[in-house]
Amino acid sequence: MSTTETSTEPAPAPAVPPAPNRLRDIGRQLLGTRRVIIGLGMLVLLLAVAFIGPLLTGWDVGERDYTSLIDPPSPEHWMGTNRTGQDVLTQSTAGLQRSLLIGLLVALLSTAVAALVGSFAGYFGGLTDRGLMWIADLALVLPSFVVLAILSKHFVGNGGWLVLVILLAAFSWMVTSKMVRGLTISLREREYIHAARYMGVPPHKIILRHILPNMSSLLIADATIAVSTAIIGETALSYFGLGVQAPDISLGVVIADGSRFATTAWWMFMFPTLLLVVLVLAVNMIGDGLRDALDPQSKSRRS
Amino acid sequence: MSTETVAATDVARDGRTADSPVLEVTDLTVTFPGFDGNPDVHAVRGVSYAVGRGEVLGIVGESGSGKSVSSMAAMGLLPEHARITGSVLLHGEEILGLDDRAMAAKRGKVISMVFQDPLSGLTPVYTVGDQLAEAVLVHDPKTPKAKAHDRAVELLDLVGIPNAAQRYRSFPHEFSGGMRQRVMIAMAMANNPDVIICDEPTTALDVTIQAQILDLLRTAQNETGAAIVMITHDLGVVAGFVDRVLVMYAGRPVEIGTVDEIYYSSRMPYTMGLLGAVPRMDLDRQGALVPIKGTPPSLSHLPPGCPFAPRCPIAQPECEAAEPELLAIGSQPSAEAIRLAHADGGTAPGSTGVHDTGVQRVACIRSGEIADRGWTAQDIYPVPEIPDVPAADVPREDRPEMLRVEGLVKHHALNKGMVFKRRVGTVYAVDGIDFDIREGETLALVGESGCGKSTTLMQIMDLEKPQSGSVSVMGKDVTTLGKSGRFALRRDMQIVFQDPMSSLDPRMPVFDIIAEPLRAHRTGTAEVTRRVYELIQLVGLDPEHATRFPSEFSGGQRQRIGIARALALEPKLLVLDEPVSALDVSIQAGVVNLLEELQARLGLSYLFVAHDLSVVRHIADRVAVMYLGRIVEIGDTRSVYSRPAHPYTQALLSAIPIPDPEKERARTHIVLDGDLPSPANPPSGCRFRTRCQKFITLSDTEKDTCVNVEPQILATNGGDQGAACHYAERRQVV
Repeated sequence: MSTTETSTEPAPAPAVPPAPNRLRDIGRQLLGTRRVIIGLGMLVLLLAVAFIGPLLTGWDVGERDYTSLIDPPSPEHWMGTNRTGQDVLTQSTAGLQRSLLIGLLVALLSTAVAALVGSFAGYFGGLTDRGLMWIADLALVLPSFVVLAILSKHFVGNGGWLVLVILLAAFSWMVTSKMVRGLTISLREREYIHAARYMGVPPHKIILRHILPNMSSLLIADATIAVSTAIIGETALSYFGLGVQAPDISLGVVIADGSRFATTAWWMFMFPTLLLVVLVLAVNMIGDGLRDALDPQSKSRRS
Repeated sequence: MSTETVAATDVARDGRTADSPVLEVTDLTVTFPGFDGNPDVHAVRGVSYAVGRGEVLGIVGESGSGKSVSSMAAMGLLPEHARITGSVLLHGEEILGLDDRAMAAKRGKVISMVFQDPLSGLTPVYTVGDQLAEAVLVHDPKTPKAKAHDRAVELLDLVGIPNAAQRYRSFPHEFSGGMRQRVMIAMAMANNPDVIICDEPTTALDVTIQAQILDLLRTAQNETGAAIVMITHDLGVVAGFVDRVLVMYAGRPVEIGTVDEIYYSSRMPYTMGLLGAVPRMDLDRQGALVPIKGTPPSLSHLPPGCPFAPRCPIAQPECEAAEPELLAIGSQPSAEAIRLAHADGGTAPGSTGVHDTGVQRVACIRSGEIADRGWTAQDIYPVPEIPDVPAADVPREDRPEMLRVEGLVKHHALNKGMVFKRRVGTVYAVDGIDFDIREGETLALVGESGCGKSTTLMQIMDLEKPQSGSVSVMGKDVTTLGKSGRFALRRDMQIVFQDPMSSLDPRMPVFDIIAEPLRAHRTGTAEVTRRVYELIQLVGLDPEHATRFPSEFSGGQRQRIGIARALALEPKLLVLDEPVSALDVSIQAGVVNLLEELQARLGLSYLFVAHDLSVVRHIADRVAVMYLGRIVEIGDTRSVYSRPAHPYTQALLSAIPIPDPEKERARTHIVLDGDLPSPANPPSGCRFRTRCQKFITLSDTEKDTCVNVEPQILATNGGDQGAACHYAERRQVV
């Protein structure tokens, strides 16, 4: 080829190289980032703590040691006891089990719903837009607290926390979906979207392949924040007895319990809070790594 | 309307004025320190020039060559972290390193600047007149308000704003781009400065507006007698406007000389390539353009030798040894001397900081050789052979029809109100246009911004039923198409967009981008892989690039990716929406050649939309000129360019500067008055009559026809050429 910019000799086409695999590339890059490895390690550790921790302490979740109320850490109770004589370590690690699931699931669910609703509304416009945004507005003005309070009796028993997850997600996607919609409207006019349309790519594929990946930074940031918001949100509910119901326990319940004693009996507050901080940190690290892996512009030239 | 000969300015072009230069820049360097471990960016590396009173110096170069940064440095407008060395003498006084307060006293009074973007140059919340008056007041606070007001009105009048006294109270958003640029020029000349620096003053404007602004800059120069430094990438603008030219490459001047020396006897391969890469509107058969391979070097990782050596077709090993000095032709050290100096471990011979002496000087060690042998761009650059289109032998009427558009209409409703939308008007974006494209043919749709050419494209590409009229692709009327028929037709027509940055998904590697149309049309995985690599090679990219992302490529390479994607499904019709307008000249030539080569090899038909009439002349077989949603003239390129019949085509062709100083000086430009009328409120009858240079020469009865009867396209030369003008008259303007 005589007009080439990069190579002047007509390079004989070698055996066709294999097609690059995008997902594998992203996966490899994720595992190559130190932050992601640390984040994943922390998450695995937390899981281990959550599921093995309660077995190691020698105390049961509901068990009360009436001989030591509000005791500081001791060989008996490694992280002390609360005002009813329950072992703080057992309580927090058992609570972490539920909170991990609630936090991660709510974050994933609400961000996914927000992304889908927002992008479809923004891309199609017209009736779809109006219908979906009407639902979002409705969910925004509904007093979520009242709805949760009314439905709280369903949170009891096996799988009750799943109902709570769905409800928490159902009340936390709206604001993000509006942001996604706005971004979609501006992305929709980009030339590569036009190009895809003129190639005959169907709309749902355009949304999944072009629009959502191009706002992945927003979505990942939103999901990482949603993890901690969900855990804290559940705490607020638990405070009024509307969250995870006894005998189930969540990190939120333990933190809410300990926060009143934060200055007088620090161990009741410090330990569960530390777990929450570590959890949020781990999620943030993984999110950061994922964002960098998806965004080719965030790093300098790769060869 | 005004007709003006491009006359030489008062000052003789060939000689320099005897008195000392007004602005003298010596050995200016600008370095932006790198942050976060990034290397420093050497944006300007030793620029020296001098401009005398009444002299116009052109600084040309491609994007990233440091031409704007060097002038910003002279104005003291660079951010604090930039490291600047050298000297800038204004009337013999050093102004480099003056503090901001001292500089402010000079800026706007002694030295002023016209910026590229007229949209952001004015503050939106103050009236235009107040901003102008401020320019007067700030340098002379004792001036009475009324006097500043009068001066502002006078200036607005001078730059050709109609009803200056009333327009004084207008806000910037009420002005068009051209009018805003006029205000910027008025502001620049408010205090009769001695130097005006114009940074791409016409790049953002349409050609007819560009002609007005260039006219105005000449007026401004005559009025103030200022020295002008004209920074531009447009070699046409430079040819007719400046006295001397400084060519910059990779932050360094590589050639300086009078405009005739540079255009007719350039001795630097880069300048020669640049001039050969420009498509010429005035030449009938130019042949393939001269492409310069590769891309400009990164300013943070410069090669040790001549920065142009990696792209230079006549580079020698000595070119890589040391960076050549800007020296008079023939006084370059011999290759032998460089070899010796390099072997000794010494640095380049000669010294930096040569003063601008006014003779042609070149930074190339082979300049003497080039001069002796009289080489031209065609001699040193390998020019590709473009084969002929196979279908060209068959007469046009006998070739199958690829696209036919008849009476196509696209009106947008202008709505008002939030809850109850009511229609307050209509934008006549496209208002009844007809054309057809035959196999192997290129039709160019040209016109200024807002004439409806992009809307036409989108309407065609949508394959939906138009509001009125019909579109048929390959003989199939789009209104009769079902969903699957439309999907099948998309295989045969593809589009290449203007902006190579936004037309490629930044999150997708090149392989997936090119594979997307294939996957959408359900091609097997193995076939996709084979085809993608075939396409990558076809457009001249490297198969290794498949895993990279668009941001890692230069503009020209990205446009090649866009072309590869469009060709993936082997379409028969390619719609090109300004495919080269975002590219630098040397890169543009490569892409234009590629398009021509592909057309010949694959028998493609092109619908080419452009505002650059020079590129159109080069690539198109037929051309359709649009004005306010209608086609005013259509015909084969040669007839339309050599003897345009419609007054608008004549004005458009006449307004384009030709990169040939002698021709350009001898030309008479038709300069249209005013701006494009709003497409929401087009004039009655002939839409062009409000700006027509012919209309005002007509008698009243003849004028009535123009006002009341909308002209239809009628054949003007008994052949293919037709114009929509009641008084069409074929005339040579180029």
